[in-house]
Amino acid sequence: MDKLINDFSLGLFVWMGVLFVLLVLLLKKYAWKPILDAVNEREEGIKKALESAENAKKEMQNLASDNEALIKEARAERDAMLKEAREIREKMISEAKEDAKEQGAKMIENAVIAIDQEKQAALAHLKKEVGDLSMIIAEAILKKELSSQDDQIKLVEGMLKDVTLN
Amino acid sequence: MRRKFSIKKITFLLFLVSFVSVAQHNEKTDAANAPKEEKDLKVTIKEYINHHLLDSYDFGLFSYTNDHNEKVHIGSPLPVILWDNGLKVFSSSKFHYGETVAEVDGNHYKVYHNKIYKTDAAGTITYAGDDHSHPSNVKPLDFSITKNVVMIFVVFLIMFFMFKRMAKNYKKNPLPTGIGRLLEPIILYIRDDIAIPNIGAKHYKKYMSYLLTVFFFVWIVNLLGLTPLGVNVTNNVAVTLVLALITFILTTVTANKNYWAHIFWMPGVPKLMRIVLAPIEVLGMIIKPFSLMIRLYANITAGHIVLMSIIGLMFIFKSWIGSPLSFGLAIALSLLELLVAALQAYIFTMLSALYFGSAVEEHDDH
Repeated sequence: MDKLINDFSLGLFVWMGVLFVLLVLLLKKYAWKPILDAVNEREEGIKKALESAENAKKEMQNLASDNEALIKEARAERDAMLKEAREIREKMISEAKEDAKEQGAKMIENAVIAIDQEKQAALAHLKKEVGDLSMIIAEAILKKELSSQDDQIKLVEGMLKDVTLN
Repeated sequence: MRRKFSIKKITFLLFLVSFVSVAQHNEKTDAANAPKEEKDLKVTIKEYINHHLLDSYDFGLFSYTNDHNEKVHIGSPLPVILWDNGLKVFSSSKFHYGETVAEVDGNHYKVYHNKIYKTDAAGTITYAGDDHSHPSNVKPLDFSITKNVVMIFVVFLIMFFMFKRMAKNYKKNPLPTGIGRLLEPIILYIRDDIAIPNIGAKHYKKYMSYLLTVFFFVWIVNLLGLTPLGVNVTNNVAVTLVLALITFILTTVTANKNYWAHIFWMPGVPKLMRIVLAPIEVLGMIIKPFSLMIRLYANITAGHIVLMSIIGLMFIFKSWIGSPLSFGLAIALSLLELLVAALQAYIFTMLSALYFGSAVEEHDDH
């Protein structure tokens, strides 16, 4: 202890005190504050960058799942469209078939009617021809039959017979 | 890589210091002539060690005795600043390394046992007691730029420019460059493993400047003490007292209500115990920084005494086995001192942080 007190030098104490306090103050202003601030800023920056990277990752995942959903939806839509198209096709085919059938039936009917009409017309024509022909024949026969008196009487008689028969 | 290099360099410098010491002592022993007894050599070495540990008024590198039996000192004188009824400034070369009386403005001063005393023209020292240990001469107030003050100033400049440059680099680049790459992990270590755990994240910021400065100051000073210059600043009580005093003042000034409550009126113990505890706690308040002061002083002083004694052993053994042995021991011890240099800086910073932590501790912290 005696040695400690003996060794103690006031001058050194004062110099050390002044220089050290000055050093603390100077370094605080010119070194520690900028250094610690820079380090803090950097740490904050790293933290933020990590966070944003994490966020980006999450977003990517969201996007991926979104994409998947979109693809699924699109696929479903495509399937639905295909199905609809198929249905429409089938419907169209069946409709066409139906239509054709109907049309055919109508045509056949028309044909039948036309044939019928033609037939009637042909028959009528035939009848007329036959009538004309029979008139001609009747005329010829009549001309031949009525050439003699007897024949005329015979005919009348014959006709009268028929009438009474009726 | 950089760190490795500096360790290599320091080891190399340690080699050098050993050689310088060897040379120096050889000169002395030669001059002392052979018939002188071994006891004298031991006394010389002891005196030399004591001298090395003390502050000095000039920046002496080494001294020897030349062929004409004159002592030659290699080094540079430093300014002596005294307050003795007015400011007296003169070069320490006037003392001729303590051998002569310096005459300034009609006053005479003499260096005796490393202190400046006012004497008469002949340099007579009178003693108060019979044991010739306490001179009764007037001691003028001494603010001389001694060897240690020079070293403090050198460390001051080194630290200021080194850290200022490091701070400047951060403005250009967020990543540390150059020496910052070595220093930044240390700064972050002090912040994350010394300041924050001991003081708490809420209050640590206001102590950071002091903690960082004291750590690097003690460390650099200790390292420089191991170089061939061998100027050991931290083995002066005055230096460690300043550091401990700042820790004490900072603790006391920033202390909260809770800290004072723990000292004068310890919560959670019986009333009678509180009265008993109060003086003990008050004493503890002073003992804590006192222990800081003594620990640093004693560790560094002891390291140097042992190291120099081992080097001194070479001259006592004077044999083929003894010298290499003590040389090897000195190297090993120097490496240990390198560790101690950093360790003492760490312990000082750590304990300061611990005391600051107790000063700002919140009640609900425990």
